[in-house]
Amino acid sequence: MTHPFLALTESDREEMLRTIGVSSIEELFRDLPAGVRLGRDLDLEPALSEQELSAHLAQLAARNVDTTRELSFLGAGIYDHYVPAVVDTVLQRGEFLTAYTPYQPEMSQGVLQSIFEYQTAICELTGMDVSNASGYDGETVAADACYIAKHATGRTKIVVTEATNPQVRQVIKTYAPGFGLEVVEVPHRQGTTDVDALAAAAQDAAAVIFQQPNFFGCLEPAPDLAAAANDADALPIAHVDPLSLGILEAPGRYGCAIALGEGQAAGNVMAYGGPHYGFLAARQDFIRRMPGRIVGETVDTEGKRGYVLTLQTREQHIRREKATSNITTNQTLLALGGLVYLTWLGPQGLREVGETCLALAEQAKRRLQERAGLELLFPERPTFKEFAVRVGRNARDVVRDARALGVHPGYALGRDYEGMDDVLLVAVTEKRTPDEIDRLADVLAEVAQ
Amino acid sequence: MKLIYEKSQAGRRASVIPRPEGLPVADVPEELRRGEPPRLPEVPEFELVRHFTELSTRNFGIDNGFYPLGSCTMKYNPRVNERLVMLPGFAQLHPHQEEDGAQGALELEWRLQEILAEVTGLDGVSLQPAAGSQGELTGLMLVRAYFEDRGESEQRRKVVIPDTAHGTNPASVTMAGYELTPVRTDARGNIDVEDLRGKVDEHTAALMVTNPSTLGLFDENIEQIKEIFRSAGALMYYDGANLNAVCGISRPGDMGFDIVHINLHKTFSQPHGGGGPGGGPIAVRKQLEPFLPVPAVVRRDDGSFALDYERPKSIGKVRGFTGPFGVFVRSYAYIRTYGPQLREMSETAVLNANYVLARLKGAYDLPFDRLCMHEFVLSARSLKRDHGATALDVAKRLMDYGFHPPTIYFPLIVAEALMIEPTETETKETLDAFCDAMLAIAREAAEDVTLLKEAPHDRPVRRLDEVRAAKNPVVKYGFDTTKAPQGV
Amino acid sequence: MAAVESYPDDLKYHEEHDWARIEGDEAVLGVTWFAADALGELVHFEPPEAGATVTKDTSYGEVESVKAVSDVIAPLSGEVLEVNQKVVDAPETVNEDPYGEGWLIRIRMSDASEADALLDVSAYKNVVANQ
Repeated sequence: MTHPFLALTESDREEMLRTIGVSSIEELFRDLPAGVRLGRDLDLEPALSEQELSAHLAQLAARNVDTTRELSFLGAGIYDHYVPAVVDTVLQRGEFLTAYTPYQPEMSQGVLQSIFEYQTAICELTGMDVSNASGYDGETVAADACYIAKHATGRTKIVVTEATNPQVRQVIKTYAPGFGLEVVEVPHRQGTTDVDALAAAAQDAAAVIFQQPNFFGCLEPAPDLAAAANDADALPIAHVDPLSLGILEAPGRYGCAIALGEGQAAGNVMAYGGPHYGFLAARQDFIRRMPGRIVGETVDTEGKRGYVLTLQTREQHIRREKATSNITTNQTLLALGGLVYLTWLGPQGLREVGETCLALAEQAKRRLQERAGLELLFPERPTFKEFAVRVGRNARDVVRDARALGVHPGYALGRDYEGMDDVLLVAVTEKRTPDEIDRLADVLAEVAQ
Repeated sequence: MKLIYEKSQAGRRASVIPRPEGLPVADVPEELRRGEPPRLPEVPEFELVRHFTELSTRNFGIDNGFYPLGSCTMKYNPRVNERLVMLPGFAQLHPHQEEDGAQGALELEWRLQEILAEVTGLDGVSLQPAAGSQGELTGLMLVRAYFEDRGESEQRRKVVIPDTAHGTNPASVTMAGYELTPVRTDARGNIDVEDLRGKVDEHTAALMVTNPSTLGLFDENIEQIKEIFRSAGALMYYDGANLNAVCGISRPGDMGFDIVHINLHKTFSQPHGGGGPGGGPIAVRKQLEPFLPVPAVVRRDDGSFALDYERPKSIGKVRGFTGPFGVFVRSYAYIRTYGPQLREMSETAVLNANYVLARLKGAYDLPFDRLCMHEFVLSARSLKRDHGATALDVAKRLMDYGFHPPTIYFPLIVAEALMIEPTETETKETLDAFCDAMLAIAREAAEDVTLLKEAPHDRPVRRLDEVRAAKNPVVKYGFDTTKAPQGV
Repeated sequence: MAAVESYPDDLKYHEEHDWARIEGDEAVLGVTWFAADALGELVHFEPPEAGATVTKDTSYGEVESVKAVSDVIAPLSGEVLEVNQKVVDAPETVNEDPYGEGWLIRIRMSDASEADALLDVSAYKNVVANQ
């Protein structure tokens, strides 16, 4: 039976078997002991044609309430930012989409140069000297950074703020036992991290990790947190929103050793959580400790400029058990999407996206207070594109009732933070309009309290 | 070719960001404000498109031609999958959406889990790990959790790995906090069972292997190996990198493995993307299910789908949300176009590999004279000895013939190794053209080795100075301090 | 320009391809031609700090080429007196002159009798022949 992805005809097969010197395909498997052979067909549903497949997947997709069907103010780590058409134009080029890791540089100058350009963009955003070619996501790059800190300082304590994304903290804690690390959390105080509390915890720490803006959308006293870590000889590690870096200072300029985060907001669709890319950048001193691939510039035998994977001795395929990480396949295509997006934005565009989110979020804060009578949880704190608001009763019930009116009002914080069962985290991106904000306010006026 | 930064001109841009009128002014406190803006490129949209289009022409993907990288499974990436992932119901779905608003996504994940359980012959599945390496690490965390639960974790500190293992295996072992016990490969290309027997005891936590091995050979002693590990009370971990050889023919669970990771970007057609994304889901035997990452994707009695966080023995979380969902859509779609015919996929992969092996083994050294599975390893050792032509030289010369080279210098136990995996998505004509090229190169090595030494001749660059790149790493554009070289 | 293969008579050797030149109660340590040749042109040397303690048969640093990284094994125990900055700045010196300009560290030996366990040049040449 022919299948569109299999090309051998009957006569092809016969000729090939003859060349090999066996009489059947079955004979090719003669080294398999009888006891491990399946001996039956796989119990899977019969093959679908492309047409049937498309219908089936369309039915599945139709049972998902996505942002084209519901006005959504969900954020909490993944954001509904506008992804321009040029991103798909580039990512769908088969030469990028279907290429492997650029181990043969002469065949892969396209990918290698684009990674070099991506590394440059990340260093520019974060104020750092070296970036890798990407990690899996914003959670695992934080775990990677803990590994760097352990080997750089010889210490085994990691301090992380409670105001850092709960999934980031959970992944760090999952990796920590294998790394031989202890994780200590510094509680938030009124939505941000108290510098003195962090300074006390930072004694004997390998690293201090904080998020900017933090999970509540609040702006942390980041330079002071970094200074407190440096005073204790712990590495300050900032987990940052890439789209905030047009208006917020680069971590490399206020004393951080490492800057990292979730790249999704910069150029990737949300896609129910992935694939996306984690970015990770550091000061020059850490270049040989960086996990993952790094592309470097060089010349060929004719003196022409070209790009290669470099410092590969850090990586698993050479250093094996002493590698800086086991990462091989990373997230190159998504990082390429990030590069295309940042190129599309330019420095002006990055600043404008940041300012627009900031202004729209401020508008939302005011409308929710005026029009829906809601209270901000942290009214004293400056925020970026997200903020926490009290909704007067169980936030999950408010979400359910608001969704019945066609609006998803935000993330219920109670599942991650005690005493916040009545709190919603509302995200406002540049895709939201003043009319949509008014609609949110009206719906919440109806269903909250 | 210029960098995008070298094409940048102040004042140009591709984006327009709408800014509604009358919004309040919001201020960032002075001490937190950005000082110098980042030096992102300033180009109009059409220059952006030209730049990346030109870059793409300097790259080679499966869409361009034959790509026989061993253990990478460079098979065709179906185009319908690229259309399917863009359906708004998938692409625009927020991962924090309530369960009742994500039933289609949860059902797809649950169905993929069921499929992978059937293909591997195991019981529980988590789709969370983002790639094979992360799957390996997750698997080793499961091993640790399992033995901790039984009070045996102090005693069991070692993981056994063969000398043919892919570098991720020992790296994962270290990251998981275990010690590595290497085991030798015998003259048939199987794990040396006697060497293994001496190394497995009550201090062993697990075995970590791929079968077929990186030599492309099915381990004939797999049943004995299973007995050795069972008697020692240890677990067996299967690296799924080579699963393309045995789908529907032999299942890792039936071979005795307790934990398996699958590479969705290898066996199940997720495009490699120049280095990712991938997917590394894991399948486990029943007794390991309680330790799987949270949340678990489950089907309730009423037929609806849900995320279950009530897993007190779970190792925790290795990646955000439920994993790389876009990858699941593609792999699920791919498997649905085969159904039980996955068996034919693997049979064809094995047939193609054996055909290429049969045509090439006269001209190159063959370290293990056996039928191979989906890939095989040749050596350029004689070419090196007789003509000074190395595996690297062969690889570079293949580029002149329009092929992507195979994997070279791996596995480490074979000198001047060339690891070739054709995959099933190739016509006989392509296989013959590749073989003809390899035979021609072997002849060229004898007649005029400079053709190999100076290859490639027709790519955008000649051979690159990797020593220089490592000694003085330049890992980002220097802006003021570097100028575009002449003629670039 | 890499050196030609050689193994000086007046040195002591360790089977992990390291050499020692004993000078009174001090010793100069480095890696042999075999090690440098196997690695290829060196691009990086990660040395210990002056004043650090090195222990016989354990690693005191790393040397790296493009394709490989290798621990440098101490043939003798002692305290690090000096690190060869020339190799730190230009690691390829090891390939050019592994026993002269390419020395790695100088130590004060803590136990001179450890030298008795080291190989002489013909024993080491045997090790190389069997690789």
